[in-house]
Amino acid sequence: MSVLVYTENWNGKFKKLSFELASYASELAQMSGIEPVALSIGKVEQDELMKLAGYGIKKIISVEGDSIEKFDTRTYSRIISDQAKKEAATLIVLANNNEGKALAPRLSVRLQAAIASGVSGLPQETDPFRIKKRAFSGNAYATVELKTAVKILTLTQNSFDLSEKPVEASIEKVTAENYETAPGPEIQDVQIQTGKLLLSDAEIVVSGGRGVKSADNWGPILELAELLNGATACSRPVSDEGWRPHEEHTGQTGKIIAPNLYIAIGISGATQHLAGISGSKFIVAINNDKDAPIFDAAQYGIVGDAAKVLPKLVEALKAAGSS
Amino acid sequence: MNVLVCISHVPDTTTKIKFTDNNTRLDISGIQWVINPWDELSLTRALELKDDASCGIDKVSVAHVGPVSTEPTIRKALAIGADDAYRVDAEPLDAYQVAAQLAEIVKAGSFDIILCGIESSDYNGSNVGGMLAEFLDYPSVSGISKLEIKEGKAHITREIDGGKEMLISPAPFVGIVQKGIAKEPRIAAMRGIMMARKKPIQLVDAVQTEPLSETLEFEPPQPRPACKFVDPEQPGKLIELLQNEAKVI
Ligand SMILES: Cc1cc2nc3c(=O)[nH]c(=O)nc-3n(C[C@H](O)[C@H](O)[C@H](O)COP(=O)(O)OP(=O)(O)OC[C@H]3O[C@@H](n4cnc5c(N)ncnc54)[C@H](O)[C@@H]3O)c2cc1C
Repeated sequence: MSVLVYTENWNGKFKKLSFELASYASELAQMSGIEPVALSIGKVEQDELMKLAGYGIKKIISVEGDSIEKFDTRTYSRIISDQAKKEAATLIVLANNNEGKALAPRLSVRLQAAIASGVSGLPQETDPFRIKKRAFSGNAYATVELKTAVKILTLTQNSFDLSEKPVEASIEKVTAENYETAPGPEIQDVQIQTGKLLLSDAEIVVSGGRGVKSADNWGPILELAELLNGATACSRPVSDEGWRPHEEHTGQTGKIIAPNLYIAIGISGATQHLAGISGSKFIVAINNDKDAPIFDAAQYGIVGDAAKVLPKLVEALKAAGSS
Repeated sequence: MNVLVCISHVPDTTTKIKFTDNNTRLDISGIQWVINPWDELSLTRALELKDDASCGIDKVSVAHVGPVSTEPTIRKALAIGADDAYRVDAEPLDAYQVAAQLAEIVKAGSFDIILCGIESSDYNGSNVGGMLAEFLDYPSVSGISKLEIKEGKAHITREIDGGKEMLISPAPFVGIVQKGIAKEPRIAAMRGIMMARKKPIQLVDAVQTEPLSETLEFEPPQPRPACKFVDPEQPGKLIELLQNEAKVI
C-alpha cells in the first residue's frame, strides 16, 4: 500500500509547492505505516526528480510521452488512476490549485474515492479517517470522515511546512501510451506572463483596496512589494474599476491565497475579501478607519492615511534593509 | 443548443456562520439563502448568450439537488430568466452523491453545455463539476473566465498559473466557471418574478447513491490575537515587529 502524491511540474521544474506536497505525503505515509510514492507527468530531468527524495520520497514514477506533454484532465486523471492502482495507493495527494482541483474529482469517480479538498494539516485519525478542511470560505473548518478504501486529499498551497528528510530513492520511468481520449477542448492560444512572481506562490503579498483611491496611487504599493520580494494583490472593487488586473483580485470570488505575510492597504475587510486571505499567517492592516473590520483579522495595524503612511513605510524599509 | 446550469443553494455570503447541535450542523436560523455566487454568474452568462440570437441557444435550464425547502432559490433562478428547472428531491450529502444525481438529469435530457461553479461557498469542495464530467465521460474545462459562442462552437478563456488559455471545446462539455464570466449577476425584474411562478420545476426522483464522505463537525477558525497598533508617524516600528517578532521579512 502507498500514498501516491502527484507532483505537478512547471516546464520541467518543481517549485516549493511540489516539495510541500512531498513533505506532506511522507508524513502522511509515516503516520499510516505505508510508503510514499511520487508521480510526475511530463518531461522532467533526473536530477530534478531526485529533489523529491530530499523530502522523504523513496519511489518516484515519471510518466512521459509525446501525447501527454499538454495538460488534459481526462488523460491525466487516467494516468494517475492507473498508477494509483498499480501502486495499491490508499491515499492520493494533490495540490488544491487549478490542476489539482480539475483532477481530484475525476479521480474520485474513477476510483470510488472520497475527497477532502483544501486540507492544510495531517488527519486527526487514520482509522476511521478524519481530517479537517476549509469550509464556509474560511469562516469555519469542517471535520470530514472519508469512508472509502481509497481517499483523495488536496493540500492548500503554503499551508504545510517543508520537512527535509533525505532518503535513497529509485526512479521508475513509464512511457505513456494508449491514453488517446475522444476529442476534447483544443487550445488555440496561451498567454503567460513570464518572470513575474505568481500571487499563489508569493510568501509576501502587498494588497490595495478602494482606500488607495486611484490607479495612479499604486506606486508605493509596487515599491513595497518589490522591496519585500512579494507580489501585489487587490480587493474586488479595485479590479472591477480596472485600477489593477483581474488576476490580482483576492477574495471569495477571486484568488484564495495563504502567504506568510499579507499587507492590506485601504481594504475594509469585508467577509468576502477575508475569505481569500484568512489563511495568511500574518496580516498587517493600514486603514484610516480604526473600526474597520480588517483590524479584527490583523495582528499588526496602522491607523492612518495610506497616502501618508506608505511613503514613510517604504523609507523605513529601505533604511532597515541598508542597515 | 441547450444549456444546463447546476445551481447550489448557499447562505448569503455576508451571513455570520454559526453552528448548532454540538457544532455538528449549520445553524440555519436567520440565514438568507442565495444562489451560489459562481452559479449565479454562470446563469447570467448563459442568459446573455441566449439573448444574442447569433449564438443559437434555444433553452437555458437549471438543475438543483435539494429538498422542497430550496425551491425559493430555484424560483429565483427562473425569475432571473432560466426557462425551466429540475429539482432532484434529495438532501445533498456530499459532492459525489450530488454529481451522481445531476448526471442522471444530463443523461435523460439533451444539453450541449453544462455549467457548474468552481466551488460552492459553503462546503468549498470544488468537486461537483469535475465529478459530473467524469460520470458522463464528457470533456471538461475548468477555471473558465470567459465564454462565447461563435458559429456553434464554444470559445473559452480559462485562467491558468500566471496567464490565460484560449480554447475551443466540442459539445457536449462541462464548463467549470470562476469569476469574470459575467460582470454582475442578473437581477430578477418584477415581470420575471411573475413569470417564474408559471415556469415548470420538474421534480426528479433521486437515484440510489451512497455519499463517500460525511461531515462530522464544524469549528470556527482560531481567533487571532488582538491587533497591535503602531504609531503612523513611526512605521519603522512595524518593520521591526515583522522582522523580530513575526519573523516574516
Ligand atoms: C457575492 C460577493 C462576492 C464578493 N467577492 C469579493 C472578493 O472576492 N474580494 C473582495 O475583495 N470583495 C468581494 N466582494 C465585495 C466585498 O463585499 C467588499 O465590497 C469589498 O471587499 C470592499 O473592497 P475594499 O475593502 O477595497 O473597499 P471598501 O469597503 O470601500 O473599503 C475601503 C477601505 O479603505 C479605507 N480608506 C479610505 N481612505 C483611506 C485612506 N486615505 N487611507 C487608508 N485607508 C483608507 C476605508 O476606511 C475602508 O475601510 C464580494 C461581494 C459579494 C456580494
